[in-house]
Amino acid sequence: MNAQIALLLGQDGVINGAIYALLALSILLVFSVTRVLLIPLGEFVSFAALTMAAMQAGKPALLGFLLVALSLAGLVMDLIDATRGGARRLRIGMLAMPAYVGVVTALSLALPLKDLGMALQALMTIALVLPLGPLLYRVLFQPIAGASALVLLIVAIAAHVALVSVGLLIFGPEGARTEPFSDSVFMLGEAVIQSQTLWVIGLSLLLIVLLYLFFERNLYGKALRATAVDRLGAQLMGISPELAGKVSFGLAAFISGLSGVLIAPITTIYFDSGFVISLKGFVGAIIGGLASYPVAALGAVALGLVEAFSTFYASSYKEVIVFTLLLPVLLWRSLAQKGVEDEK
Amino acid sequence: MSAKRLMLSVVFGMACLTSAQAQVKVGVVTSSTGPVALVGIPQKNTVALLPTTAGGQTIEYISLDDGSDPSAAVSAFRKLISEDKVDAIIGPSGTASAVAALGFAAEAGVPMLAPVGSTAVILPMDDKKKWVFKTTQNDEIVSAALVRQMVKDGVKTVGFVGPTDPFGDNWLKVSSADAQKSGIKIVATERFQRQDTSFTAQGLKILSSRPDAVLIAAPGSSSVMPQTTLYDLGYRGKYYQTHGAALADYLRLGGKKVEGTTVAGSIMLVMDQASDSNPSKKVAAEYMGAYEKKYGSKPATFGANVYDAGLLLEQVIPVALKAGAPGTPAFRAALRDALEQVKNLPGAQGIYNLSPTDHSGFDERGIELLTVKNGQWAPLN
Repeated sequence: MNAQIALLLGQDGVINGAIYALLALSILLVFSVTRVLLIPLGEFVSFAALTMAAMQAGKPALLGFLLVALSLAGLVMDLIDATRGGARRLRIGMLAMPAYVGVVTALSLALPLKDLGMALQALMTIALVLPLGPLLYRVLFQPIAGASALVLLIVAIAAHVALVSVGLLIFGPEGARTEPFSDSVFMLGEAVIQSQTLWVIGLSLLLIVLLYLFFERNLYGKALRATAVDRLGAQLMGISPELAGKVSFGLAAFISGLSGVLIAPITTIYFDSGFVISLKGFVGAIIGGLASYPVAALGAVALGLVEAFSTFYASSYKEVIVFTLLLPVLLWRSLAQKGVEDEK
Repeated sequence: MSAKRLMLSVVFGMACLTSAQAQVKVGVVTSSTGPVALVGIPQKNTVALLPTTAGGQTIEYISLDDGSDPSAAVSAFRKLISEDKVDAIIGPSGTASAVAALGFAAEAGVPMLAPVGSTAVILPMDDKKKWVFKTTQNDEIVSAALVRQMVKDGVKTVGFVGPTDPFGDNWLKVSSADAQKSGIKIVATERFQRQDTSFTAQGLKILSSRPDAVLIAAPGSSSVMPQTTLYDLGYRGKYYQTHGAALADYLRLGGKKVEGTTVAGSIMLVMDQASDSNPSKKVAAEYMGAYEKKYGSKPATFGANVYDAGLLLEQVIPVALKAGAPGTPAFRAALRDALEQVKNLPGAQGIYNLSPTDHSGFDERGIELLTVKNGQWAPLN
């Protein structure tokens, strides 16, 4: 191995690591606020990538129909809740999500997306994937928000399996790939740096900074943090756990939608590709002990690097090496942890 | 009381159904959902196009999905054998499923026509595998054709790329043997997985060993990423792809970067340029026409493997009827024996010459060497 190969491998590892880091952060965010291990996160990634690819191929973006179905289910559940309990009444806000979904779906079907340029396509893709998060929370997790973490996990797995099948139905079994943001290449000394790399790293960093600002400066961000620290306490202070759940799911869908758009030009994405990608994100989140954001992000980047270098040395044993290295981390984590987290 | 009556009528109805069973029943197991869906969906769609009568008997097809899961394939086989009492089974789509299920077909004495790629289902021939027939070209034939072309192109060193699964394992074994015989050295062996997000590391390894050519053996659209990554890394040697890549998706995903690749494909991809003397051309044209009329799109070559299975059965059912009525073990055994005697049957994928030792029966007439020219398939030479 020479320096040039090492640089290229490093570049490859950092790209994948940045994507894993974004997913690790989303997983951590959703878990700390709602105690849901969001297994279907990977589907958001693949749905975004495949939706964008469908737009570029001039096919209709059928994801809208899933959104419409979910938002109608959500509306019906809202209405049932409203008629049942006297405490909650019919609110005009219930119609906000179906209205948004209706507009986005109509736009995605009506606009000539193929000719609109990459930025608008990406925007439209994220606008389509974003509501998946809150809708999934409303339909699946809000009714059982108080259930044990195990039940939430089981529902999350069921949602993952269902969404993979829906993905097959919507996007078909073929893989897809999008055009790169730009073909230009930079020379940094000896090394060739593809501009796609800079896009991925730049946008990931930007997103991490924005997340930081959101949690530090924004009232909603602070409310999410409060919910993560103490659910009951936050509720007593007037923070709606339902809103916190929806916002955290929405953020996760936004971040993974963006990851999907970023990764789509780099690799071929299939309807079931998301799971493996989000699995790596999980590993990152676990390295962070499902608690620490910076450690999770760094762990995910390290994972990407380990993956790149181990693939170079022994491509047949890549996954074995990557997941075996997780064992000492888990061991260290479980030894370092003082008590076992109590199951509420 | 009424429930009892209902039960009685149901039982009576079922008895009527079984007594009316003079027809031939064929079970079809495909993976129309799950990771193998790319292969399974065109196969499932093809069931509607299979012959409906043979030797004066109607053929009934019972189509099940195994979700790309070997254990689901086994339960589908058991259901077809014990409940539906089928005379033959076409499927399943994946090699792993086929290997898991073939024991059950053999035990029940039901001939199985597997549209899978790996020769592991028919070789080495034994008491179980003698019930299995494979309707795809053996990797050996494709590999031999590609290596012959490499020699012609003056290739001395090759880098091998294959997935980390039985498909890749078998290709590595077969192509290494062929290459060695022809004096070609395999200087790099790199493996990947379909869902990998990057091939850069493997690509760099290949690049650093500087082979004259790269052979990529991968099924479906997963064959594209290794090649485009190598192209992006600056590798400009020759590229060879197996029949796994011979799909429209390969062109769509590869674009300009796969221009000039040598691909071992089927006649279905170059219908317009294929010579009329090839007896497969007519069969393939019929199949593709019928498929396009029904589904509005061209079938992937995987579908043709199921279509060919239907043609084989159509050919042997009249012969087997002499030995017994459909639904009897004698009929099923006769089907198996007759399949081994099939000679010169043109299918959509090639010409079948089966024998007790060769349960795939293709020769190189089923392989067309293609290249990619201006984003389209074109015959090589």
